[in-house]
Amino acid sequence: MQDVKDTSDPRASNKPGGEQQQQQAGGPPQPPQPNPGPSRQQALPYGIVGAGLKEVTRRVPEDEPPPLPENAKLKSIGKPVSRLDGIEKVTGKARYTFDVQLPGMLWAKWVASPHPHARIKSIDTSAAERYPGVRAIHIPERILSTAQLRDPKAEQGNRYPTVRYAGQPVAAVAADTPRAAEAAVKLIKVEYEPLPHVSQLEEAMKENAPRVFPGPTEQPATAGGGGAPPGLPQKGNVRGPDNKPRGMGPRGDVNKGLSESEVVIEAEYRTQVQTHVPMEPHGLVADWKDDGLTLYASTQFVTSVREDAAELFDLPKSKVRVISDFTGGGFGAKYGIGNYGLLAIHLSRKAGAPVRMILDRREEHVSGGNRPNSIQRLKLGAKRDGSLVALQVQAYGTGGVAGGAGVGFCHSTLYECPNVLVEQYDVFTNAGPCAAFRAPGQVQGIFALEQTIDELAERLKMDPLALRGKLDVSGTDDCLARAQERKVGAERAGWNKRRPAGSDKGPIKRGLGFAQSQWLYLVQPSTACEVRVSGDGSVEAFSSTQDIGTGTRTILAQVVAEEFGLRAEDIGSHIGDSRYPMGPASGGSRVTSSLTPAARNAAYRCARELAARLAPVFKANAENIVFADGKVMVKGKAGSAMPFREAVKKAGFEEISQRAERRDDYEGYLFKTPDMALSRHGIGGVQFAEVAVDTETGIVKVERVVAVHDCGRPINPKLTESQIYGGVIQGVSYALYEERHLDAASGQQLNANVDQYKILGSRETPRIEVILLEQLGAQSSTDARGVAEPANVATAAAVANAFYNATGKRIRTLPMTPANVLAALRG
Amino acid sequence: MPFTLTVNGESHALEVEEDTPLLYVLRDELRLNGARYGCGVGQCGACTVLCDGVPLRSCFVPAASLGGRALTTLEGLRAPDGALHPLQRAFLDEQAGQCAYCIPGMVMAAAALLREKPRPSEAEIRTALDANLCRCGSHNRIVRAIQRAAEELAR
Repeated sequence: MQDVKDTSDPRASNKPGGEQQQQQAGGPPQPPQPNPGPSRQQALPYGIVGAGLKEVTRRVPEDEPPPLPENAKLKSIGKPVSRLDGIEKVTGKARYTFDVQLPGMLWAKWVASPHPHARIKSIDTSAAERYPGVRAIHIPERILSTAQLRDPKAEQGNRYPTVRYAGQPVAAVAADTPRAAEAAVKLIKVEYEPLPHVSQLEEAMKENAPRVFPGPTEQPATAGGGGAPPGLPQKGNVRGPDNKPRGMGPRGDVNKGLSESEVVIEAEYRTQVQTHVPMEPHGLVADWKDDGLTLYASTQFVTSVREDAAELFDLPKSKVRVISDFTGGGFGAKYGIGNYGLLAIHLSRKAGAPVRMILDRREEHVSGGNRPNSIQRLKLGAKRDGSLVALQVQAYGTGGVAGGAGVGFCHSTLYECPNVLVEQYDVFTNAGPCAAFRAPGQVQGIFALEQTIDELAERLKMDPLALRGKLDVSGTDDCLARAQERKVGAERAGWNKRRPAGSDKGPIKRGLGFAQSQWLYLVQPSTACEVRVSGDGSVEAFSSTQDIGTGTRTILAQVVAEEFGLRAEDIGSHIGDSRYPMGPASGGSRVTSSLTPAARNAAYRCARELAARLAPVFKANAENIVFADGKVMVKGKAGSAMPFREAVKKAGFEEISQRAERRDDYEGYLFKTPDMALSRHGIGGVQFAEVAVDTETGIVKVERVVAVHDCGRPINPKLTESQIYGGVIQGVSYALYEERHLDAASGQQLNANVDQYKILGSRETPRIEVILLEQLGAQSSTDARGVAEPANVATAAAVANAFYNATGKRIRTLPMTPANVLAALRG
Repeated sequence: MPFTLTVNGESHALEVEEDTPLLYVLRDELRLNGARYGCGVGQCGACTVLCDGVPLRSCFVPAASLGGRALTTLEGLRAPDGALHPLQRAFLDEQAGQCAYCIPGMVMAAAALLREKPRPSEAEIRTALDANLCRCGSHNRIVRAIQRAAEELAR
């Protein structure tokens, strides 16, 4: 092993992008040194396993467990352990929120506004109140998930919240049966005063367009991301520009850079609105009792549900318990209590009974969240040798009544470029609110940026892979990973057999393209975990975090099992309950990066305590007690081995327990709040796509995708691969099919179902080959990072670059429907 | 309207409003949660059960119209001794589910396919399951699980 320099001091660090320059120019202050308190200097493995592992020395907390070696030397971590809750899932026993039925539970339904923009003059609930079985009615005094007026006086005097999108809830009923609730909802008489509305992006940008909000707005970010910086100018429906996406950029002088460029590439890209369509819709069961509120939630963040409920109902957090056993997908949209939860809690309080409020598929499409669309204008200047000189991006998008329509941070971070200016604008429309959606903004941004880079390569007659190699030089962990990923991916995908663009003579044209993915490496510093050993030898781990399908229970058990020499199946892995120590959000690809170091530290401490208790049993020093292969033994004395449970029973205690928090990354962060810390390193990958374009019908088929990704240390390669399959499939679905259609005249969604809103099915699923790097960054006690989002970032761009290689034409509009494809081929 | 429904070999005397879809009778009256709500209009397949061995979207077919038919839900696939059906085992072995909300419907659609065609080709599997939606992106593992179960059943 050779040494590399210690980069524990963040000031010694390079990038991402022009972070250093920005800070010199008076940017955000340097974060404090990580992990204050007693420390030691620790040598740790660093690099890509199988491609030159080195050693780096970092300052780590004194009581931090010893570093883990690479996965091949471990017994539980890094193994393709099957999901611990798999049986429940294949037998139908897994309890999703949709399955929760409590004694005396009522069923709720809301009245949705048919108007996209209206003032409510009156609401008459008297007939509904008299309907048999109706137990409570509630009219919301506020609407969640939307942007808020900076000056609420603009609508002061309005008795009810203004309707700003068709489908916005107006009132809700709880009744003994779903039928009674549905019938009663129809009896509620609402008198609307319709207002002029606008639901299409470009219409809303016009100066004389109807105003969605009467004044400037703010959109606070949620735990799931989204939002926009406060205080941005707003003119009509257009809010912005935000020129510091995620705090990155701008830098240099773009105009000067462009004038000094030898090649300038300029183009406009358009992407569509995509809805999340989790198979289980948003929903919540609220049980209001005098001694506290219990919520069963289909959620990506148990903690956010508790915080919302405590704040909105003025309850101490100790009186709010949130339970989430299984969540049927979320993809970014399931944070907080939402309007459905707000109403369910009000109704439960009024009725004195549990109330279940779960959206139907139409409501889910219309009000459950979406990925904003975009119009992006890019201008890229470069030298003839390929080096970038300037990148200018102007982007407009609409997230309906919510802000957050940016196009990511890739422009400032993915490639070396001295002059970058990104201006992104939120355009409000009378449409349902957007929500964070698997790599918010970055998917749209990379679609345009990676085509632009390919176009530059084409213009300079350079190989697109070689050009990336020249530009992707930030020196961060993800940059080092991508170099390796390009290499192994190109081999697997057969890049050297790639033909010139438009080589096929017949109507079906095939091509190969690739694109790079990049996402943030995020950590939730407030993460904690508790590990307990009972006197009978049971080992359990506790975290309030939830599982939206990624396999959280399983990775938690694997990490704990490693410290006790047990199998993951031996560990009681308890999640999805706000009474457990606070766990991370299933968003921002941060569960594994946040939870596993806390879990390992708790397990390590608990195992050491157990060793001390076992020392007298084995007549040995605690330091010499080892746990391996389900047994306890004295180091070097195989004859002393005793089965784990048997040994623990002999120790004669009732229970021992240890809790640990997520330590800071050893190298520190770019910035840190209790909810989120951002590393200067990222996560990412590269994806290669093979497509076949039928130039007569305009039908595109993605035949194969090679996805090469890094996620630090993979804790469970089988689960990691699952997420990469999912990211690729969602990416193909986004690239080819999905698009929300709003009727401009009525503001209603025309395809609020899963038939006309087309999602990729098994016939259209390409062959997908996943290659996973094991990359050790020497940052935490497990060195794990996330993977969910980068798996989805590059796909549409890779497909588009393959489309060009097949046809010799650029497709700059998503989705690649026959109409858009034929238009691109004519262009 | 009173009627009798035969689910997983057991008869149930029921009285619900006559247009109540089977899905809600299964879930709310019989407490069988295997079939799931995904869209309510027969488009996503999460609610798939077998009716005389043929796949049926239970979310929009009135239960009262199914008297005299033999209905099988996911819960009815297991052997009387509780052993998993080869499809369930194969879905586990391939780790086919992610959030797994769609998995019961996938398993039932696959059961109907294998009943009709014990050794389907990959293309036949993909066609049979095309209208069963999965949002997490487990399609290829689901196809492999069905191939594995078909091999197992053929032995």
